[in-house]
Amino acid sequence: MDLFEYQARDLFEKHGVPVLAAAIATTADEAEAAATKIGGKVVVKAQVKVGGRGKAGGVKLAENPADAREKAAAILGMDIKGHEVRTVMIAAAAPIESEYYLAILLDRSNRTFLVMASVSGGMDIEEVAHTAPEKLAKIPVSAVDGISLAKATEIVAAANFPSDVADQVAQVLLKLWEVFQSEDATLVEVNPLVKTKDGKVIALDGKITLDDNAEFRQPGHEALVDHAATNALEAAAKAKNLNYVKLDGEVGIIGNGAGLVMSTLDVVAYAGQKHGGVRPANFLDIGGGASAQIMADGLSIILGDKDVKSVFVNVFGGITACDAVADGIVQALELLGDKATKPIVVRLDGNNVVEGRAILAKAAHPLIEQADTMDGAANRAAELAAK
Amino acid sequence: MAIFLNENTKVIVQGMTGSEGTKHTRRMLASGTKIVGGVTPGKGGQVVDIDGHQLPVFNTVAEAMSATGANASVVFVPPKFAKAAVIDAIDAAMPLVVVITEGIPVHDSASFYAYSASKGTTRIIGPNCPGLISPGKSNIGIIPADITGAGPIGLVSKSGTLTYQMMYELRDIGFSTAVGIGGDPVIGTTHIDCLRAFQDDPETTAIVMIGEIGGDAEERAAAFIAEYVTKPVVGYVAGFTAPEGKTMGHAGAIVSGSSGTAQGKQDALEAAGVKVGKTPSETAQLLRDILGR
Repeated sequence: MDLFEYQARDLFEKHGVPVLAAAIATTADEAEAAATKIGGKVVVKAQVKVGGRGKAGGVKLAENPADAREKAAAILGMDIKGHEVRTVMIAAAAPIESEYYLAILLDRSNRTFLVMASVSGGMDIEEVAHTAPEKLAKIPVSAVDGISLAKATEIVAAANFPSDVADQVAQVLLKLWEVFQSEDATLVEVNPLVKTKDGKVIALDGKITLDDNAEFRQPGHEALVDHAATNALEAAAKAKNLNYVKLDGEVGIIGNGAGLVMSTLDVVAYAGQKHGGVRPANFLDIGGGASAQIMADGLSIILGDKDVKSVFVNVFGGITACDAVADGIVQALELLGDKATKPIVVRLDGNNVVEGRAILAKAAHPLIEQADTMDGAANRAAELAAK
Repeated sequence: MAIFLNENTKVIVQGMTGSEGTKHTRRMLASGTKIVGGVTPGKGGQVVDIDGHQLPVFNTVAEAMSATGANASVVFVPPKFAKAAVIDAIDAAMPLVVVITEGIPVHDSASFYAYSASKGTTRIIGPNCPGLISPGKSNIGIIPADITGAGPIGLVSKSGTLTYQMMYELRDIGFSTAVGIGGDPVIGTTHIDCLRAFQDDPETTAIVMIGEIGGDAEERAAAFIAEYVTKPVVGYVAGFTAPEGKTMGHAGAIVSGSSGTAQGKQDALEAAGVKVGKTPSETAQLLRDILGR
């Protein structure tokens, strides 16, 4: 889960990373009140989970509370790369002398953690990484040893931080490691980390990505979920513990196992080229224990998607038994009754396939068609969706 | 031969007394795997009867190894306890540890991987993987044993159900070993490790490699194939239709920017001389064409 800037700022503050006073606002009135409370010049910043908001006009300096109100009114409701601005952060303005960059992240390729640090921070850090890679120090961090003061000092030296800020930056790095580790983050980024005119090092903007697998030991993270941005169908699926992602096509997909379902999307898109360019409508993985109830939950979500014109159920029974899946489909259609109106192409293979196919044949439900192969089923589902 | 796992491999089950552990111990025993015991901290000294097999339970992997001579372990413990279980196995210098558990926080998997790398005595497969099977010899994990039998194909895949699908497509030819390496961001055994082992295994004559979006493992594997592998390799990549920035089930299967896309992976593999199929069945056909069967 990616966090908003203000959520990252709050986690920084919680763990002792130096930040400026700030508050969030969802209306111009709130923005003015926040600016009054903070006092002096403030920065009004759009809260969107996408890069490039500064260049899109989503960050403005305000001279006083009245100005903050005006700037917030202009920014709220703005569309930045498809993200609607619903919240702004009002933050104290700081006189900046230098902009640096610090990040701790998971380095998948090398199966370790990595610190990236540069004294050339700011909006163009990606450009710096690209054109002047020597200005971006990359130091691996062992997941066993973490970042000690000695390690932090080594990193600060490798990135050539000036001596007047080196100690402060090393301390910030230690605190960022605490954020990274204790919050189960996979990315903690500060850009820019600034030196103010009075010589203080402060995290001015940050990004944090949290590991969803760690939910069981991070009870506080549930409160950080942005429910307003979640698609209604996705929210309904999550409530049923289903792994569902809404896409923009017409063929509803249900399968077992993330890899097989991804492959099913591709095979449907490929088959769809011959049928007017129909595409998969969703990703839905019912996982290993595909009970009748799970199948019913899955089918009801897919059939509730008005974009869906046909459904493809693709199951390879490993542990999952095909007869249980077939029972699930039949029971799901009984439960759904008249609400089920779209044709369903079913391909079953693997564990107990003969029994599974026999159950569907016996049920002889008018909406169900069986297919022998994955490619054949994809083709038929695409054909039905194109009608 | 086969890779990593053969008929002499003695296996202990970490988490055998839990419901998942018991269920899959039964399945592994039925497919001929030599299961010699289990580990559940606090339940040492018990003996569990699973389908007539009297299996001793130990408190630690070290105790289990010294009592049974086990040289492989399979981990079915829940995410919360998985790190401790794997560390226990690494401390005992268990040669092979197969981690089936799904949903382990990446800080935990990065930590036990780094620990195993520093010790240098344990190969971890997974986490979040279906395990591996050398058909007719042994089976560690949850791959169904009855899809196909022994044969000359080596298979390495990030995805469990795609492993089954591909074994099914090529069931008349058979496999030396099929390895599900898992789709998590940090895994113990990579495509490259398996490609190297298959290249060096005299029983394997051709290799199928299945990848999916996310990371750069397939691109690295392509470079390795060009450099090291002389046996024919066919590939399949899932995730062409996955939109940017959306996670599709596997924690690893997420695309950020242009790196890790299915097209990028296909291009890298083809540049290394690997024939890449558009669908699992087309990929199987490419392999048939190469083997002339």
